[in-house]
Amino acid sequence: MKTEQKTAKTLGAKKMNSNTLLLIITIVLFVVMYAAGCVVYASKGFTHVQTFLNILNNNAGLVCVACGMTCVMLTGGIDISVGSLIAMDCMLLAWGTGKGYSAIVMCALVIIIGLVFGFVQGFCVGYLNIQPFIVTMAGMFFARGMTAVISTDQLSITQDTSALFYGWANAKIQLPAFLGYVNGKGKVQIPYIRVSVVVALAVLILIFLVLRYTKFGRSLYAVGGSEQSAAMMGLDVKKAKLKAYVLSSFLCSIGGICYCLNTMSGSVSQATGLEMDAIASCVIGGTLLTGGVGNVFGSFFGVLINGTISSLVKTNGKLASSWPNILTAVLLCFFIVLQSVFARIKEKNK
Amino acid sequence: MENNIALTMRGICMTFPGVKALDHVDFTLRKGEIHALMGENGAGKSTLIKCLTGINDFEAGEIRVAGVEGPVKNHSTLDAQKVGISTVYQEVNLCPNLSVAENLYIGREPMTKLHTIDRAAMFKKAAELTERLDIKVDVTQNLENYSLAVQQMIAIARAVDMDCKVLILDEPTSSLDDTEVEKLFQMMRSLRDSGVGIVFVTHFLEQVYAVCDRITVLRNGTLVGEYPVAELPRVKLVAAMMGKDFDDLAAIKPEGNVSCEGSPMEIEANELGHKGTIKPFDLKIHKGEVIGLTGLLGSGRSELARTIYGADKATSGKLKVSDKDVKINQPLDAMNLGMGMLPDDRKAEGIIGDLSVRENIILALQAKRGMFHQLSREKQNEIADRYIDLVQIKTASRETPIKQLSGGNQQKAILARWLATDPDFLILDEPTRGIDIGTKTEIQKLIVQLAAEGKSVMFISSEIEEMLRTCNRMVVLRDGAKVGELDGELTQERVMAAIAGGSDTNAATAQAGGVTHG
Amino acid sequence: MDKLKKLSKQQLFLPIMCVLLVLAVNIVYDVSQGSPFYNFFRITIENGVLSGRLISIINRGSEVAILAIGMTLVVSASGGTDISVGSVMSLCASFCCMLIAGFGVSSVSSADEFACPLIVGLLGALLMGCVCGAFNGALVAYLNIQPMVATLILWSAARAIGLLLCNNLIVYIRVPEYGIFGGYIGFMPTPIIIAAVCVLIVSIVLKKTAMGMYVQAVGINKKAARIAGLNSKRIIFMCYFLCGVCAAIAGIVNSSRITSADSNNIGLNMELDAILAVALGGNSLGGGRFNLAGSIIGAYTIQAITTTMYNLGVSSAVSPVFKAVVVIVIVAIQSQPLQNWIRKHRAHAADKEAAKA
Repeated sequence: MKTEQKTAKTLGAKKMNSNTLLLIITIVLFVVMYAAGCVVYASKGFTHVQTFLNILNNNAGLVCVACGMTCVMLTGGIDISVGSLIAMDCMLLAWGTGKGYSAIVMCALVIIIGLVFGFVQGFCVGYLNIQPFIVTMAGMFFARGMTAVISTDQLSITQDTSALFYGWANAKIQLPAFLGYVNGKGKVQIPYIRVSVVVALAVLILIFLVLRYTKFGRSLYAVGGSEQSAAMMGLDVKKAKLKAYVLSSFLCSIGGICYCLNTMSGSVSQATGLEMDAIASCVIGGTLLTGGVGNVFGSFFGVLINGTISSLVKTNGKLASSWPNILTAVLLCFFIVLQSVFARIKEKNK
Repeated sequence: MENNIALTMRGICMTFPGVKALDHVDFTLRKGEIHALMGENGAGKSTLIKCLTGINDFEAGEIRVAGVEGPVKNHSTLDAQKVGISTVYQEVNLCPNLSVAENLYIGREPMTKLHTIDRAAMFKKAAELTERLDIKVDVTQNLENYSLAVQQMIAIARAVDMDCKVLILDEPTSSLDDTEVEKLFQMMRSLRDSGVGIVFVTHFLEQVYAVCDRITVLRNGTLVGEYPVAELPRVKLVAAMMGKDFDDLAAIKPEGNVSCEGSPMEIEANELGHKGTIKPFDLKIHKGEVIGLTGLLGSGRSELARTIYGADKATSGKLKVSDKDVKINQPLDAMNLGMGMLPDDRKAEGIIGDLSVRENIILALQAKRGMFHQLSREKQNEIADRYIDLVQIKTASRETPIKQLSGGNQQKAILARWLATDPDFLILDEPTRGIDIGTKTEIQKLIVQLAAEGKSVMFISSEIEEMLRTCNRMVVLRDGAKVGELDGELTQERVMAAIAGGSDTNAATAQAGGVTHG
Repeated sequence: MDKLKKLSKQQLFLPIMCVLLVLAVNIVYDVSQGSPFYNFFRITIENGVLSGRLISIINRGSEVAILAIGMTLVVSASGGTDISVGSVMSLCASFCCMLIAGFGVSSVSSADEFACPLIVGLLGALLMGCVCGAFNGALVAYLNIQPMVATLILWSAARAIGLLLCNNLIVYIRVPEYGIFGGYIGFMPTPIIIAAVCVLIVSIVLKKTAMGMYVQAVGINKKAARIAGLNSKRIIFMCYFLCGVCAAIAGIVNSSRITSADSNNIGLNMELDAILAVALGGNSLGGGRFNLAGSIIGAYTIQAITTTMYNLGVSSAVSPVFKAVVVIVIVAIQSQPLQNWIRKHRAHAADKEAAKA
């Protein structure tokens, strides 16, 4: 009797999967937040399209990192080395271009280092069965330390050291003028996005396709859902985990390049706490910490929410700079507890 | 190999350190047959299945599969799948977070020319498959939205779609209700009719008689026999599983068999139950009484004990201890009321592996005293030494980590743990499993002695003679519920008849003295 | 060979080996620099206080030792780590200094300027540690959230909240009464005394109560512990609570050392040191049996490594690289797959030997 009722209900109305529900919550939260900002800070220019575009411009690197983090979290793991890896990448780029090496060579080097870094971490997690947290924490301190090895000073990339990089960083891709606004001086401000945003969006779409349409992508979901079952169904669990961490560090490197295009410098204390932002973005975006459930678009909206909070605080101008951190942590806490409660309810209904 | 045979296993031998798990076991599965594989704990059922599916490397013997040249030796579940052997386990080995279609096709999804997954084709094939097997699902929904019964059928569907000739169902019905079991049986019958050979590992007697064609019984690693279901009455089946020849039984005079009707009530359970494991039951236990729980594996014996003790918090009913209403939320509550329980799975719920023998023995006693009233080291040593001596625990010293002891000695140490708390009501779930004959007798004497001192004991054992020798009363369980009690003169025949139940045993039961239903 | 194997199975083998290694490096370096080989152990009295490299190590390692106490319990009971300890140190220190100086005040140079008595500030810090510990404990023990994730929240938030409490300033308490906790009592550095007292108290509690056994039992086999009457949730909660208190004490000591609350830098990266101390102490990071002495030795060893590297001219920003590698190597060796591989390799070699014979 129970079975018949359940199947009839599910056949009739398309029952919403829990994944979709969480994604909707995230999108609604973003819209509400942004709308609130527009209402409260209309006088400070929050309603301009450029404000939204700036969120993208400032967080392109984070978007790439969040995509990689989503993949790793799908397997039930975590990667807290991302912030430090970005710092190392920026420092490398600044140092390399300072020494006269071509920007393209340095970018290639950064990506290769990312791949190797991810391989080592992935091997420790997948094949040596070490807790992901410990492995990536070691990775975090390793990368942070290596950043200092390269240089303890803050290095900058200027037009002199690398004209190419400088060019990329300052390039503006302009959007239709009607989306712009007229500033106080009577000049029309045409909205623009940076090159890094295009890269980030491309990464986003690519990872979405990989997660949905490739065997590798689906294997990540399977491993996160039930490692034992995945193994029984013939999937190579160890390899899947290894690949996930390689992908994460690879995307992190790309994110590092985007981040550097933004900051145009490298320093030892750069990107501290970025891993928290990435994890928070993913969790808020509906990725379960226990693995098996997640969506890069959700993570993207998580980044947008993160960026909106920063933007709101900056626009307010009176709040201390540590507020975004606290608010993000509060949101993260809320969503973690929410996930835990959802899981409990599911257990009871079984 | 003959044309109608799907699988033969001949002379399979398997040894684990110190134990011969399988001793020249034969097994034959015909095409288009549902074949039950039965046996008590330690009989070798799961070991045999693991040899077949490649998880265990058996030492001797031969496996042959229809359509495959030469003997087959699988080294992994993938190997087994390749020769057409698929297994569906009790814990459904699928991914609940993926859609039904994906669970059916993961690892072998239909691909497009671009080397990506062709989702449309996958959903279509999945819909066709479930349609063909009469499973009513929306293949795009996540698996977790469906009941366990449906999930199991999807697991079977996956196996079937991979062209299996031999389908092994390992205890598939343990968590299903009656209607779900019937749906499963329908699917099994239609598979059988299409020529698949099904091995049905189960301990539910009724289900075996409802759906199976043949039964193979194992006991202590050896083959007892293979019988067509129609020719094997229930009581003979029980006898075969428990190792007693029904015609040859003699009533064993119990050592301490005295009625305890007069003495005060220690435990009184009223409609006490735990959702999902044991249906509500009534039970009265007197002081100084030894009560035995009997029934086949899976009948709910351990579950009944756990519900009284609070290891599984009761979801219904009331409990009285020494005539006072009590509420037990956790084991410590039960302990404070004078109870103790030796669980049947000592590895998972008994020993604390890295702690020493001394620490394991005094643990429960310490828990009763509370964290801040530590037993002094001298007291701990004294208690530990006393019990090491009493139950003859073979250990290098009391500080040896308990995981280094043999299984039997570990069992004795956990028994000592509970004896040290001086309980008024002690539950012993399979206390003699894995213990040498000499100590088995010691333990039985101990039980009788405890009863003589006015304590109550609940004794669960697969060895009926032990219980007959020590118990005043027996409670009979079947399929997750208490079905009756036996008192007065307890004999093997009465007990086996009660366990077997069913229509063809009524005559035997009437002959043997009747069963009080409760 | 057998004797070495037997020795290596001893609980304190790993930490003691590491200490000896560090000592060896120091001695070699000293000799190469022309100093006498006992230079490392030389203790002198300068300006009325004990000084010398050895004293410096034990002094500066006090915070890590205190953190290691809490971390050991947390790892043992739950098989997870509390990575918020560094940030909680910062938060407690900030709260204490804010209470003493008053909100918004950035500098205090005499006891008259105290907004609250010193004792209130100290108690406030301890209270904050309790709150943080309770927060972590509730998430892990009662909501069943993975320890790494639950403590991630405070790892990021605590420092930020501390910054907020201090109005984004570094609060200076340039008063001898405050500096004493990080300074000297007579000739003895106070942090050493505080760390010793903490270790002593915890050791006594572990010895005189059944807490040690309870924590280990829960960490080794939660189910069996429950059947035997232990309240696993409460015990896990307690461990995280204590870890929070330890972080508060370490925060007070650290802040007193610099007589200020530098929210950005107090306790920075100390969580790695604490975890490393527990791992170096021979304790399994997966939970279960623990040895507090090992963790304490591990803590001072880590400090010794830091100091040694500094003396060898290695920048302090680079030491995390080294520590990271050490952690991975230790955990990798302890990992099950590697153990299996070594065992198989040894068995294979033994077979080859037997075949040859």
